[in-house]
Amino acid sequence: MQAESSRAWGLAHHFDNFEQQREASYLGMWVFLVTEIMFFGGLFTAYVVYRSANARAFALGSKELDITLGAFNTAVLIGSSLTMALAVWAAQQGKRKQIALFLVLTILLGGVFLGVKVVEYRAKIDHHLLPGPDFHFPVTEVDEILGVQEGNVEMFFNLYFAMTGLHALHMIIGIGVLLVMVVLALRGSFSRKNHNLVECMGLYWHFVDIVWIFLFPLLYLLGRNI
Amino acid sequence: MSAEATTNLPRRVNYLNVDHGVKSWLLTKDHKRIAILYLVSISFFFAIGGLMASLIRLELATPAGDLVQADVYNRLFTAHGVIMIFLFLIPSIPAVLGNFLIPIMIGAKDLAFPKLNLASWYVYNLGAALMMWALLRGGADTGWTFYTPYSSMYANSEVILTALGAFIVGFSSIMTGLNFIVTIHRMRAPGLTWFRLPLFVWAHYATSLIQVLGTPVVAIAILLVAAERLLHIGIFDPAVGGDPVLFQHLFWFYSHPAVYIMILPSMGVMSELVTAFSRKRIFGYRFVAFSSLAIAVLGFLVWGHHLFVSSQSILAGVIFSVLTMLVAVPSAVKVFNWTATLYKGSISWETPMLYAIGYVGLFVIGGLTGTMLATLGFDIHVHDTYFVVAHFHYIMVGGAVMGYLGGLHFWWPKITGRLYPAFWSKISALLIFVGFNLTFFPQFVVGYLGMPRRYHAYPEEFQVLNVLSSAGATVLAVGYILPTIYFIWSMRYGERAGANPWGAYGLEWQIPSPPPTHNFEEKPVVTTEAYDYYTLKEKRVA
Amino acid sequence: MTEHITSVRTYLLVFIALMILTAVTVLVAFQDFGAWNDVVALTIAVIKASLVVLFFMHIYHSTRLSKLVVVSGLVWLVILIGLTLSDYLSRGLVGLASS
Ligand code: HEM
Ligand SMILES: [Cu+2]
Repeated sequence: MQAESSRAWGLAHHFDNFEQQREASYLGMWVFLVTEIMFFGGLFTAYVVYRSANARAFALGSKELDITLGAFNTAVLIGSSLTMALAVWAAQQGKRKQIALFLVLTILLGGVFLGVKVVEYRAKIDHHLLPGPDFHFPVTEVDEILGVQEGNVEMFFNLYFAMTGLHALHMIIGIGVLLVMVVLALRGSFSRKNHNLVECMGLYWHFVDIVWIFLFPLLYLLGRNI
Repeated sequence: MSAEATTNLPRRVNYLNVDHGVKSWLLTKDHKRIAILYLVSISFFFAIGGLMASLIRLELATPAGDLVQADVYNRLFTAHGVIMIFLFLIPSIPAVLGNFLIPIMIGAKDLAFPKLNLASWYVYNLGAALMMWALLRGGADTGWTFYTPYSSMYANSEVILTALGAFIVGFSSIMTGLNFIVTIHRMRAPGLTWFRLPLFVWAHYATSLIQVLGTPVVAIAILLVAAERLLHIGIFDPAVGGDPVLFQHLFWFYSHPAVYIMILPSMGVMSELVTAFSRKRIFGYRFVAFSSLAIAVLGFLVWGHHLFVSSQSILAGVIFSVLTMLVAVPSAVKVFNWTATLYKGSISWETPMLYAIGYVGLFVIGGLTGTMLATLGFDIHVHDTYFVVAHFHYIMVGGAVMGYLGGLHFWWPKITGRLYPAFWSKISALLIFVGFNLTFFPQFVVGYLGMPRRYHAYPEEFQVLNVLSSAGATVLAVGYILPTIYFIWSMRYGERAGANPWGAYGLEWQIPSPPPTHNFEEKPVVTTEAYDYYTLKEKRVA
Repeated sequence: MTEHITSVRTYLLVFIALMILTAVTVLVAFQDFGAWNDVVALTIAVIKASLVVLFFMHIYHSTRLSKLVVVSGLVWLVILIGLTLSDYLSRGLVGLASS
């Protein structure tokens, strides 16, 4: 209490020092990411269960996806992870302008990713691959003999839209927070000592990247060999 | 660290009188005030859930379905379950007592993230409001379990609103858990090593792990049900090769551990009560501490015991059956250790202790019947009968709610600075114990005889047992209303408590009642083990 | 723990490695290794994810506690998927319920 007035700006009253504050937010963010792992985990479980039951239908669905766009987006997202990492690097040294620069780059790359995603979604909708009453997928006789029904392919697209949709939602939220952080960075809210927000946001962004690193092979690649 | 009670000056500033007005409460970041906010919210919902229960018992007083129609009955037990589990029992001890006590017990000024703490209360109320809105529009009729395909394809009730409410309340639970984990890791006072922590803190740590690791999975499962109803994304839809049982897997991956979210904190309370009123160090501190963690971990490996008759494979059934037996071990460890603590203790029969003793008996019955249910062959016969209903009420009401009330009676003087009337509180503890057994013991019998759960009518031969149960529920209701009255009364007229009315050991008893906003004048330094009643006594004598 | 600052060089190296692995996983996807295709694709994904976690997310230079948190997240994911599969992969293995 007595040190209240002499406390450094940005240090909350209930922490002893910046280090404790930083460690707390860092741990908190990691624990949050664990909840995110489990959140996506439910969908991954559904994927594994249904693919184990009908891999061929999933392969057929997978072949409908645009592998070029998928690979391009993977590269874009990895690039955005690099710029995000550099934003944290700049924050650790209190380089205010560079923080803003790298954050903006990250936002732009995230925007490109989402733009490509829109193009992909539109194509799927045009091809009647959106689950629901309009869904249509012609199953050849051979495939039918191999146990594939239209519904099994629809299940692939159920999962495709659920998983990429949830992923995209995370990107949108991330971009929103990053926009706020650009403003904060320009205002000089982050210092060498106090840049927890940049660091935690970095962790979030990399996490979203990792989800995609798994989604890409699971949705676009597996079954290409069939 | 001096154990001397700080004298209670009449006009001392504390967390209650430091600020006035609605705004000072609604925008508070003080963990103690947030605990009070939660106390108000959950008490309100406990009352509503209790009202539903009364209606259920009233309907079941006669064999015919005469009071309400089958459809209304379905909505009643759904509302009862959803409210009691998501809006009352899950937040009860952690969000009220845990919130109030954990920072104090570890010698911190507040939780690591005070704003997140307040946010969790708002998120909770938002989810609760959605559920209440759904209820006003007729409510859901799926049962608290939201099983597909009924919930996703057929139910014509407010499934989405109710489920979304549960989804949102889940986030508040995650926020609380996350906050506790970080706080316990990062904010402990100097000298307060892990093995000096009160067992209440250990239990909450374990609970928080479950909240953080389990809740997201039920969240996604609920979201997928909503997606199936709204967007045709039918992950559980058999028409596209989906499996409704997969929902059950995801649901119980959370909801079995969730039963430990409800019971673990009350076990933490128990450890505090038993030591305080036997004036003894707990028997086997490390065993009790680690058994909390063991319960948290093992609790995640047993969910399949809810799917024994849901077309789960027989092999998986056997695996889950065996794993379930294992969870009984750490639970039993706790019971043995509490009992051993009583042995040769100087026991005093204050109200909280009455709750604690009642707890042990009821929890043992609940746990043993759980082990019976975990036996594959037995469960096939009693699954979805009143036997199961009795089992989980013995644990959730006989255990968790008794623990919550015991804890509330123990720390009430700390929270409000006032004592409640000893006589009436003992009466209420007794009424609750008797009423509880009268309500739920007959349900074991009637379930074993074959009465299924979730029906509004039943064959005549079950009436006697059902009337007993309904009568018991009336006694139980009186037992719950009494504390409400004398707690409120005590806030104004109760005798002043002083810092340590029970002569108990622990950091929370070394600061004034009610505590000041920042809890400690000076950061405490801990040099002793937990429950060091021996040293405490020596100091008194000296 | 004082903060460790990873050098830009490390970040760039990790970035290049991730790009190369992405290219490799795409190319390999069209080769036919039978059931091994899944294994290869997932192994590459795990390597990529580990690189991100260790270096971009600084776990390599982090406390034991952070490492523990990451590992427990993964272990719980394995519990979720593994025990669920214990049902699905053994359906019909033992007679009776299956027909
Ligand atoms: C410790 C706290 C416990 C709580 C709060 C609790 C709660 C519950 C609840 C709520 C249900 C019914 C769910 C429903 O169908 O709506 C249930 C069922 C069950 N419990 Fe417990 N339980 C606990 C401990 C145990 C233990 C220790 C065991 C076994 C060792 C156990 C074994 C079972 C089994 C096998 C069922 C499924 C019965 C059936 O639906 O056929 N429980 N429990
Ligand atoms: Cu269970």
